[in-house]
Amino acid sequence: MRIALFIACYNDVLFPDTGKAVTAVLERLGHTVEFPMAQTCCGQMHYNTGYRREADSLVGAFNDAFRGYDAIVTPSGSCGGHVRHHHKTETAPNVYEFSEFLVDVLDVTDVGAYYPHRVTYHPTCHSLRLLRVGDKPLRLLRAVEGIELVELPEAESCCGFGGTFAMKNSETSVAMLQDKMDNVRKTGAPTLCASDNSCLMHIGGGLSRIKSGVRTLHLAEILAATR
Amino acid sequence: MSRDEVNVVWLGSPTFPKAAHDALQDDQLRRNLKHATTTIRDKRLRAVAELDDWETLRLAGSQIKDRVMRHLDTYLLQLEASVTAAGGVVHWAEDAREAKQIVSDLVRAMGATEVVKIKSMATQEIGLNEELDDDGIEATETDLAELIVQLNHDRPSHILVPAIHRNRSEIRDIFRREMGKHGVPAPDDLTDEPRALAEAARVHLREKFLRAKVAISGANFACADTGTVGVVESEGNGRMCLTLPETLITVMGIEKVLPSFSDLEVFLQLLPRSSTAERMNPYTSLWTGVTPGDGPQEFHLILLDNGRTKTLADTAGRSALHCIRCSACLNVCPVYERTGGRSYGSVYPGPIGAVLTPQLVGIGTSDHADSLPFASTLCGACYDACPVRIDIPEMLVHLRAKVVDAHRGGLPKPEALAMKGARMVFGSPRRLAWAERLGAIGGRVAGIGGGRWLPGPAKKWTGARDVPVPARESFRAWWRKAGRR
Ligand code: SF4
Repeated sequence: MRIALFIACYNDVLFPDTGKAVTAVLERLGHTVEFPMAQTCCGQMHYNTGYRREADSLVGAFNDAFRGYDAIVTPSGSCGGHVRHHHKTETAPNVYEFSEFLVDVLDVTDVGAYYPHRVTYHPTCHSLRLLRVGDKPLRLLRAVEGIELVELPEAESCCGFGGTFAMKNSETSVAMLQDKMDNVRKTGAPTLCASDNSCLMHIGGGLSRIKSGVRTLHLAEILAATR
Repeated sequence: MSRDEVNVVWLGSPTFPKAAHDALQDDQLRRNLKHATTTIRDKRLRAVAELDDWETLRLAGSQIKDRVMRHLDTYLLQLEASVTAAGGVVHWAEDAREAKQIVSDLVRAMGATEVVKIKSMATQEIGLNEELDDDGIEATETDLAELIVQLNHDRPSHILVPAIHRNRSEIRDIFRREMGKHGVPAPDDLTDEPRALAEAARVHLREKFLRAKVAISGANFACADTGTVGVVESEGNGRMCLTLPETLITVMGIEKVLPSFSDLEVFLQLLPRSSTAERMNPYTSLWTGVTPGDGPQEFHLILLDNGRTKTLADTAGRSALHCIRCSACLNVCPVYERTGGRSYGSVYPGPIGAVLTPQLVGIGTSDHADSLPFASTLCGACYDACPVRIDIPEMLVHLRAKVVDAHRGGLPKPEALAMKGARMVFGSPRRLAWAERLGAIGGRVAGIGGGRWLPGPAKKWTGARDVPVPARESFRAWWRKAGRR
């Protein structure tokens, strides 16, 4: 199986460690992965903000970059969801969010990870309702050795990020963030995990601003951790 | 802005982010909203889980509505014929002004100076009460929550629970202050016990029911084949309006027509569970024309367009007309939960308001309407809750594109420039790699000291959130350096 990494533009620049973690997990499971250098951006931000013309012009380039792969794996639920739903191209159906790929395609839940800490998990909206990943990320986390998973109250309510919503309606966004942070702190977990860095950037930015001591970590990074 | 300048009343208030600002300052409002929405959200989930064919019902509902929209002209003409045959009179109103004129003329022809009303969003949409008031006719809302809102000269903030933003003691104060000005006053020793409040309303309204010669209602459904019109409600006050007066005037949006009487089976299951989380609503009133010696002896049905055929013309936007006003999408919406309904600036709040109002008013005609499609994080909870499967997130994005396109040309806004810039950078991997290096340096400089307060538009982010510092080395650069290709 030819596997391509679709890292997503903001991960590339801001969260390269997530990409490295995805690579590490897949290689540990015995797979060879490729990173098509021609990839840039899937156009989700443009599309969701109403700049459809600009978004459309990125679709062809995406398709060219990823043509010929059996699976295109991404650590971003929202970018993965966007491509699968809105790119009407031959590559679109081959795009998988990381947890989906592990559980549905590779059929593994135990990836041999070790993370002896208390963790709480926030299911991001696009993974949940656009891709319907269900409890796959949680099944992966439960299989991690040493982990103590604590349930996040009101887990399924949106964190308030919403891409450009965080700027256009920043006050509403922050009010939602506030509730999410309160719930995270109620768990007492020092680590908040999610499978999308965009939401984590928003929640983590808030948690860091209030000096909560809680850190945010992408699912892939927990799954990549070993003894 | 004068009332006639916009089809949908109240737009002319500030744009959504500004209106939300005020709501967000009001702690009491936020607590009331959170309590109410969370309670009904959980109840709805339980009510829906009781039916093992819920998803099939939703699909049936959405298919019936699809068919209605494809053949709206046919069904409306059929409805007109059936209602006429049953002794009713059908009027067609192209816009708010026409509809108000028809109602006002009818009421005056009866020589009436007061009317009782049962919950009708269509009449709120066109600003009927204000119009009647100008013509010297006093309209009394008889739905309890509507009455509270009306007495307080307030605006509804929820489709189903218009006074969701008021708590019990606020309601007691409103009753004590206002009831006497319009009829039977509230007792001096009125407490904030729900029973006492309901009793005060009952006494106040009873006098009106017994006196009014004309009633005005909305309609949840109208069946084309039989001419039957229906209203569902919880209090029975609607039933009083629909049966006691001599004349009944129903104002109905043209999208409410259903092909046949048997379609009610689907919607009478979908609606109550989605809206009040009940298996069945307490009162379902159905009437077909007039019956000599029983109920109103004159029945007028006003079919209101007011932007609906324009909405119908957009195949990607038209399913907003499928809405059966159950309010489930409001109750699950995290944005609505924080801001309340009035920030949406129209009678239709929440997710459905964000897609329906701009279409009824017309994209590009009002700053407020244009701000509504952006009042969402696209979290998708509304779509999952909607009993007729309206894909609200997808429609929001569609309308955003229309808003953006309506504002293209002229001087580009900073946002448009940023989007163009990003498109340019993303257009080539080489430009991206170059921009990444530049960004990493700039970003690290901005991040020095850990303060991370950025100026300009970025303040909207850094006001409450730190910014991530770009990594020293992008993933792309790492991959290349590691000699992986
Ligand atoms: S859009 Fe759907 S969920 Fe919202 S009020 Fe209308 S029918 Fe109910």
